[in-house]
Amino acid sequence: MEHYTMNLTLKVWRQKNQNDKGRFETYKVSDISSEMSFLEMFDVLNERLIHEGADPIAFDHDCREGICGMCSMYIDGKPHGPWQQNTTCQLHMRAFKDGDTITVEPWRAKAFPVIKDLVTDRTAFDRIIQAGGFISVNTGNAVDANSLPIDKHKADEAFAAAACIGCGACVAACKNSSALLFVGAKISHLALLPQGEPERKTRVMDMITQMDKEGFGACTSTGACEATCPKGISITNIARLNKEYLMAGLTADQ
Amino acid sequence: MLDAKIPAGPLDDKWTEYKGHCKLVNPANKRKIEIIIVGTGLAGASAAASLGEMGYKVKAFCFQDSPRRAHSIAAQGGINAAKNYQNDGDSVFRLFYDTIKGGDYRSREGNVHRLAEVSANIIDQCVAQGVPFAREYGGLLSNRSFGGTQVQRTFYAAGQTGQQLLIGAYQALERQIALGNVKMYNRHEMLEVVKIEGKTQGIIARDLITGKLERHFGNAVLLCTGGYGNVFYLSTNAMGSNVTAAWKAHKAGAYFGNPCYTQIHPTCIPVSGDHQSKLTLMSESLRNDGRIWVPKQKGDTRKPNEIPEEERDYYLERRYPAFGNLVPRDVASRAAKERCDEGYGVGSSKQAVYLDFAAAIIRYGKIEAGKHGSENPSAEEVRHHGVDVVKEKYGNLFDMYEKITGEDPYEIPMRIYPAVHYTMGGLWVDYELMTNVKGLYCLGEANFSDHGANRLGASALMQGLADGYFVIPYTVGNYLADEIYSKPVATDHPAFADAEKAVSDRINKLMGIQGKTSVETFHKRLGKIMWEKCGMARNAKGLQEAITEIQELKKAFWSDVRIPGGTDEFNPELDKAGRVADFIELGELMCIDALQRNESCGGHFREEYQTPEGEALRDDANYMYVSAWEYRNEHEWELHKEPLVYDVIKPTARNYK
Ligand SMILES: Cc1cc2nc3c(=O)[nH]c(=O)nc-3n(C[C@H](O)[C@H](O)[C@H](O)COP(=O)(O)OP(=O)(O)OC[C@H]3O[C@@H](n4cnc5c(N)ncnc54)[C@H](O)[C@@H]3O)c2cc1C
Ligand code: SF4
Ligand code: FES
Repeated sequence: MEHYTMNLTLKVWRQKNQNDKGRFETYKVSDISSEMSFLEMFDVLNERLIHEGADPIAFDHDCREGICGMCSMYIDGKPHGPWQQNTTCQLHMRAFKDGDTITVEPWRAKAFPVIKDLVTDRTAFDRIIQAGGFISVNTGNAVDANSLPIDKHKADEAFAAAACIGCGACVAACKNSSALLFVGAKISHLALLPQGEPERKTRVMDMITQMDKEGFGACTSTGACEATCPKGISITNIARLNKEYLMAGLTADQ
Repeated sequence: MLDAKIPAGPLDDKWTEYKGHCKLVNPANKRKIEIIIVGTGLAGASAAASLGEMGYKVKAFCFQDSPRRAHSIAAQGGINAAKNYQNDGDSVFRLFYDTIKGGDYRSREGNVHRLAEVSANIIDQCVAQGVPFAREYGGLLSNRSFGGTQVQRTFYAAGQTGQQLLIGAYQALERQIALGNVKMYNRHEMLEVVKIEGKTQGIIARDLITGKLERHFGNAVLLCTGGYGNVFYLSTNAMGSNVTAAWKAHKAGAYFGNPCYTQIHPTCIPVSGDHQSKLTLMSESLRNDGRIWVPKQKGDTRKPNEIPEEERDYYLERRYPAFGNLVPRDVASRAAKERCDEGYGVGSSKQAVYLDFAAAIIRYGKIEAGKHGSENPSAEEVRHHGVDVVKEKYGNLFDMYEKITGEDPYEIPMRIYPAVHYTMGGLWVDYELMTNVKGLYCLGEANFSDHGANRLGASALMQGLADGYFVIPYTVGNYLADEIYSKPVATDHPAFADAEKAVSDRINKLMGIQGKTSVETFHKRLGKIMWEKCGMARNAKGLQEAITEIQELKKAFWSDVRIPGGTDEFNPELDKAGRVADFIELGELMCIDALQRNESCGGHFREEYQTPEGEALRDDANYMYVSAWEYRNEHEWELHKEPLVYDVIKPTARNYK
């Protein structure tokens, strides 16, 4: 792999707090190595801002290896930037070339208000899980794990859905700010497993109700969520959710 | 005198006896008792969910925006349990034995045996919650091996085991939040323990969005705040992982156990430059199939695929034929360092060795081709099948490697090097997981309890969940049963006011410095001292130097740090400043601890104490104890020793040959 350095122009969204209107600011950064991660490039810029006595840019991040779901930058019009199936923290500077201008914004959705700069409030996702994204089993109630064999294909499919990192990129990518890929992934994870069976109907009803309450938009099947999801969560999970929802509605005890 | 409160009686019966006789709190009283849980990783989330289910009033805190993002989410390889599903001779005793031996005979028999006993329940609980562990075609659970063992007892979910376990615990926690049994405080940082007459009665926390300080009462406080590997600046830990909560507890009187026991993980992606902000682990599970080697020739500049088989040194297989590539982490790390120090390292920095999957791809490819009825498969066909198998097992790790390095590990061997990964040390706790401060508990990686001087792979997840699901629900009751007689303390009590004032004074002091140097710069400097002088190999001279350097660094920090922004707003630099200030103090204690331990054991390797072959040389006659440090004054600690007594296992020199 050939390494190189580059000079870049960054247009970054700055917003002091939730009530501030916010605006773009332009920054020049130089000598950025192609081996750096995108967030390390921000570290370099922030170090400089601190040195100059300016306010560094706030952004969310923690694991920096694509699993915690904390990082969330909208880069050149794409959540998590140009690479496929990738998070912001795993994006590396070799994706860019000398002289590029990069625009960076926070997730934009009514349900994810901005806290500061690129940091948003995604607790709406937690509240959707609270509505039903679980299996009701208290500690100590479990039977031997192998007493219930599960078809490997089903288990693998459940795992693929459970791999969602709750980052919210799907919402940010959707012109309606729909959360259906996130909710569909959780519904699928639990509906595919026999353990999830008893609460199947109430779960889907309750999670959808909460989702609407949080102000997420409707799904018009544009597929933007799937295309942007860093974990490759498939849009078939939305189809499964719709099926579950329909079934639950048809058979609900009135 | 430190009392670990290990129950009397035969090892096998201790936990059963304890459970049978500990005090209980009746349901009506549980509703009146408040428990504060700081941290919602595997240890904290499992504890919060379980205690909420039991009927206690729980308040849980984390500094991320959601409990689902705790550092546990990043665990890759797996979780151990003595299920013996593979019928390969595993048992509770064997898991217990492997853990004690892996820890180089520096952990408590009683604790470790309990851990092995409850390990099987963890898997049952997680499966019941819907954790999608890997399965075989028959629908039963699949296992793999990890280092330091000769059985297959590790349960996994691809390379995302921590994620799946944490999501399970998180969902159980969210369910309790919905039921009103747990109140969750996201983006909050605990900054002080409140004690009244020697008893823990609450905490001071800071709302990280508004900067406001809050007082919270609790009949008991459980710290589940993770490890302190970031004292080295570069580590595999998440950026926010820190020691602050444990450190505040330490300064409030809790002893710090074995601070110098650090785990350096052998297989991480090497440093690429000064900009490096963290290091990425390549899971130990890869050593099931990957072979580690360096060229036999010093300074060999050929590409790895151009170096013929006979010119490669598979040094782990050579030195440790019985365990080969699956020796414990400390052994594997030192062996890599030894080869690189001798000039056999690879890559541009020469600080790396190869982890090669070519042989595994061929081996699996042949088996698969056979299954597909191909008797004389072509090399391409074999490779194709082999790559598929490897992809299924480790796909996400290979992708991660490629994203970071830009190299394809299916084609070219990975380059890896050891990195700081885990801290065995932590707050000293007794058998009940209580620190020496009444009502203050510590669970998960934040305590020192079960892994001795070296943790075996896939055992941290096991310990975190054991503590939270199966241990604390019993042991905390034993204390709280007497608490029902004491009234809740109002948060306008002077003890709360004083604690809050101490926190706000400190914040104001930090903000008032207005120096020239960023927090990050200080953190990097500390990391460099720690890595060079208190890292993979240590010696008395280096440690003494480090102590002086850290003391100087502390002075410089408190006179020259620059923190932008204000106190009453979202200000990540301020959060970080507080954490780095605590890391600096911890760094000093780690060096002091490493200096007093005149032996090599597990992750603590003192260059003065090694065998002629370069293996660690323990000194059981003089150092068979837990060091528990009491904070006295700035730069001043008192050492308390908890002797380790082995009734069942006879400590011997660890041998993986
Ligand atoms: C990359 C990686 C891979 C790993 N892989 C494995 C593996 O395969 N198998 C295995 O067994 N182990 C593995 N480990 C180790 C294991 O993941 C950890 O030891 C374990 O998850 C720690 O869990 P915990 O609950 O103790 O702490 P954490 O998960 O670190 O949680 C800490 C919690 O405390 C909170 N917190 C901290 N300080 C404060 C404060 N002051 N105020 C409020 N909240 C606070 C945080 O918000 C968080 O919720 C791995 C570790 C790493 C780094
Ligand atoms: S579905 Fe994908 S994009 Fe949406 S929250 Fe989950 S991981 Fe993120
Ligand atoms: S920082 Fe964790 S996913 Fe990006």
